[in-house]
Amino acid sequence: MKDVFGLIYTSDESDVRLRDLTRSRSIAAMPIGGRYRVIDVLLSNMVHSDITNVGLITQRNYHSLMDHLESGKAWDLNRKRDGLFILPPYVTRSNTGGYAGMLDAIRSNLGYVRRASQRYALISGSSTVFNTTFDDMMKKHMESGADITILYNVPGEGELFSDADRTYLKLDENNRVVDIEVSPHLHSYPNVSMDVYLMDKALLTYLVEISAAHYRTDFVRDVLINQLSELKVYAYKYEGYVSRIESIYSYYRLNMDLLNEEIRTPLLYRPNPVYTKVKDEVPARYEAGAKAVNSLVADGCIIEGTVENSVLFRGVRVGKGAVVKDCILMQSVEVQDGAQLSHVISDKNAFIKRDRRIVGQESYPVVIEKNAVI
Amino acid sequence: MGKKCVAMLLAGGQGSRLGVLTKNMAKPAVAFGGKYRIIDFPLSNCSNSGIDVVGVLTQYQPLELNSYIGNGMPWDLDRLTGGVFVLPPYMKGKSGTWYKGTANAIYQNMTFIQQYDPDYVLVLSGDHIYKMDYSAMIAMHEKKHADCTIAVYSVPWNEASRFGIMNTNEEGDIVEFEEKPANPKSNNASMGIYVFNWKDLKQYLIEDEENPESSNDFGKNIIPRMLAEGKHMVAYPFEGYWKDVGTIESLWEANMDLLQSPPAFNLYDSAWRIYARNPTLPPHYIAKTAEVSDSMVTEGCTVAGKVDHSILFSGATVEEGAIVENSVIMNGARICKGARIRRAIVSENAVVGPDSVVGGNGRIAVVGQETVLPEYSVVKPGEQIDMEVLAKREAKAEEDAK
Repeated sequence: MKDVFGLIYTSDESDVRLRDLTRSRSIAAMPIGGRYRVIDVLLSNMVHSDITNVGLITQRNYHSLMDHLESGKAWDLNRKRDGLFILPPYVTRSNTGGYAGMLDAIRSNLGYVRRASQRYALISGSSTVFNTTFDDMMKKHMESGADITILYNVPGEGELFSDADRTYLKLDENNRVVDIEVSPHLHSYPNVSMDVYLMDKALLTYLVEISAAHYRTDFVRDVLINQLSELKVYAYKYEGYVSRIESIYSYYRLNMDLLNEEIRTPLLYRPNPVYTKVKDEVPARYEAGAKAVNSLVADGCIIEGTVENSVLFRGVRVGKGAVVKDCILMQSVEVQDGAQLSHVISDKNAFIKRDRRIVGQESYPVVIEKNAVI
Repeated sequence: MGKKCVAMLLAGGQGSRLGVLTKNMAKPAVAFGGKYRIIDFPLSNCSNSGIDVVGVLTQYQPLELNSYIGNGMPWDLDRLTGGVFVLPPYMKGKSGTWYKGTANAIYQNMTFIQQYDPDYVLVLSGDHIYKMDYSAMIAMHEKKHADCTIAVYSVPWNEASRFGIMNTNEEGDIVEFEEKPANPKSNNASMGIYVFNWKDLKQYLIEDEENPESSNDFGKNIIPRMLAEGKHMVAYPFEGYWKDVGTIESLWEANMDLLQSPPAFNLYDSAWRIYARNPTLPPHYIAKTAEVSDSMVTEGCTVAGKVDHSILFSGATVEEGAIVENSVIMNGARICKGARIRRAIVSENAVVGPDSVVGGNGRIAVVGQETVLPEYSVVKPGEQIDMEVLAKREAKAEEDAK
């Protein structure tokens, strides 16, 4: 897979559905699984596919991402040739800052695309979480003679309906895409795009330029749907676990799913470990009287109370007699003695004072914003 | 390319008192405290003290150490000028010798030090668990215009005769050095941490090497000679936690010290982080059947059994129904269902088979690296077992059966 470069487009489109969690960060920077961020999984997928040239197009709220990624060292992407390129928005006469869509974003960064020495481009959105290498997809792309290959999966019963902007694909018997629906009220096809596209760099450049010349900005609408009959668009099916971070509920579901060993192991560490920034935290400490079951607990946590069915990020403290059930507590959240939380997603550094009670529901978890004091 | 100080870390010791734990690795590579190795402490101390050239002198079973240290990135010691270097003995001309003693190890690497032409050389050992700001020690060395500064630690009087004791005058200058005295006059034990002026040290090392009687050791030869010649030797008193982890019992104790509340040794100091090479594992998982109390658990662990007053290292697994008490379970070890571990050290990647019993009340039991104990095994208190011992045991059992 050496002849491919990666291009990740971090959109802010689902932000509203994620409420306070995306106030100061993009979805790509959302913390998941106790020590990771969404972007870690995407980057690790590329690195495990031997892709060593990755461009990351950022928009608003990218400080959190920059802080996390640094030089790309943790992903082995601080390389002499190529490596990780963070591409923040910039303002010129033809660029107004925000991007109108993925095509527009790539147009703004055509310089990076042109400089890439690899022949193929693997373009990825940043809100779908899955662990794979792209080698098989690449193989199928070559065999089918496709212009564009789209990665897709067939979501299970529970995840089939969503009010987010999903792209549904109709495929013929050879997996060629024959129809596309974007966020239909009732969808006709079970196949959902995972926002990963593989194509020749020359084709990408051409499509971006020709679209820009016609004021077209959205890749799915203006390229895929508009030119479906002219382009050979194929789809490649991914069989593993897929999570789409498109709502508070799906974010909550992903973290809870990680308590399941059969999902956690393939998604986070075997066979392809997900790399992330190392923080050198001390191992987690359970005091006498602590009670923890069915939970993921990161280093740096100090637990004196009860923790059940929860994901605790680095440096969380749970005081004596405190009860944390079905919660996601991000970095350095402090739950003081006697406080009780259930179905709560708390952002970083929140402080829950003594004996407070906060109760959410599985279908509607309570979200506590960053640095909140309750 | 001059540097103010170059640190030389003596990491060649076999650590034979650690028994099966150091059979395949040097003592500084032995795992400690959940996610660390002993060498992380001096390396992190160097990094935190602003010392950016560190030579690590290796000799015994260096493979583990070499790959662990790598380019020094975890300790921020992958530097443009300087950084961390692993220095094994090497051939010079037609001959080459192993490091004969601590002083000889430095002697053989004088060209390495000379590249940086430092004012001071800091000599460290890789055998202790402690946090120390070496820059404060060097500052005192400078201020007192000392020829040599030695860090000392007040050990309990009844243990003083096990150490090299520095007798000092009122100014803190060392007037006498006694190696393991029967009747110690002071309890200031040498910590094996020295600051020398490079120009002087060079001369001493060359002269010491020319003396065929010398055993080329800092404690036995260089320090006594400097004292005899009336050099200005200063004691730098260190306060805080300092523990030799040279024996099975002391290694176990030092691990248990981390479980005291508040811990006897504080790893939570964000201004003085202890760094370690990180295997990027997910947070640990506590299963529905788990009971964990008074313990430390780190990334990659899976706990389904009962764990009390113990430390689980990266990637360790305790299966359902297993009981671990007062024990140290190192990286990647697996305690199978129904096994009972008490007052024991289970080394890296060892497997304790189902319903086995390891340790008990009494001395610490040890299961060596990569050892696979079959089900219903028994390792008595104070016993050490590895694949070799296991094979002998089986052979004997077969013979007895005949």
